[in-house]
Amino acid sequence: MTQQEALQEYLLRLADSDLILSQRLCELCGKAPALEEEMALMNVALDLVGQARHWYEYAAELIDDGRSADDLAFRRDAHDYRNALLVEQPNGDYAVTMGRQFFFDVWHYFTIAALTRAPDERIAGIAAKAAKEVRYHLRRSSEWVKRFGDGTEESHRRMQAAVDALWRFTGEMIEADEVEQLLSQAGIGPDPGQLAVDWKGLVNEVLSEATLTPPPQDAWMYRGAKVGHHTEYLGYILAEMQFLQRAYPDAKTW
Amino acid sequence: MQDNALELFEVFIRSKRGLDHKHVGSLHSEDHEQALEYARDVYTRRSEGVSIWVVRSADICASQEDDAEDFFDPNDDKPYRHATYYTLPDAVNNM
Repeated sequence: MTQQEALQEYLLRLADSDLILSQRLCELCGKAPALEEEMALMNVALDLVGQARHWYEYAAELIDDGRSADDLAFRRDAHDYRNALLVEQPNGDYAVTMGRQFFFDVWHYFTIAALTRAPDERIAGIAAKAAKEVRYHLRRSSEWVKRFGDGTEESHRRMQAAVDALWRFTGEMIEADEVEQLLSQAGIGPDPGQLAVDWKGLVNEVLSEATLTPPPQDAWMYRGAKVGHHTEYLGYILAEMQFLQRAYPDAKTW
Repeated sequence: MQDNALELFEVFIRSKRGLDHKHVGSLHSEDHEQALEYARDVYTRRSEGVSIWVVRSADICASQEDDAEDFFDPNDDKPYRHATYYTLPDAVNNM
């Protein structure tokens, strides 16, 4: 694998995770528990779409096979998608939505921070813009995890259940494969060992403040997203998301 | 969680070029911390570099409609109390 191939793959992982999580959040449009929460959620979703767009555009330029950013988003199938398994999980109750967001935001925060130091100016630039947004996402989701965990008996129970249910999808995000090893050696992206340490450190810190019990670190984990093996949910998300583009290819008039 | 379980907060914002905090509206939230976050999401989306104040609506004491006469009218018939009453010499600019 060349560094160029690794970079294309990695950009798709970043873009796909952003886009699929955003799509999940958008399902809550009009259904959030309060007006203010609705605004905040949709702001986060829009931030993620914006970031996805930048990564897709760069990926499309590097892949250079005539496909545009839109083609990458709307004309690839589930086995070509590289988003983390975590982000395709259903919204569930609000503890699940926020728990999913929190686990992702912690990973995103450390990943983007490392990318701001990439020698590739394009990557560093996109990351610098994203970093401001991601810091806020993390602040919000941490706050919710603490509110629920340290809230009422019921909110505590639900938050713990969400953490337990989502935990099995977190392992693959902080494990490096050949792509991430290669890029890390080139100074692009986080140091794999450090990312795992940072992620666990911050997650455990917030969970303990939320009076929640972290699941065992050596728990069994799902894997496969990095090679396009997804849970049963992604196909449905894509069917909904890509319907228009597939039914009316190149539709220009809305 | 319903709105009625949340408290009402008033939001004041100073924009980047603003000299003072202006009241921009209100929102419901659980506490000050969350009110600040919501204010950022609801009221400052399109302008960076702002300062936000949030205040529990219950902590604000407003003048009453009934007081209007005593509060404001006495000044209205004393024009000399208003700066606009005085003509400035030409030498003074930009007042």
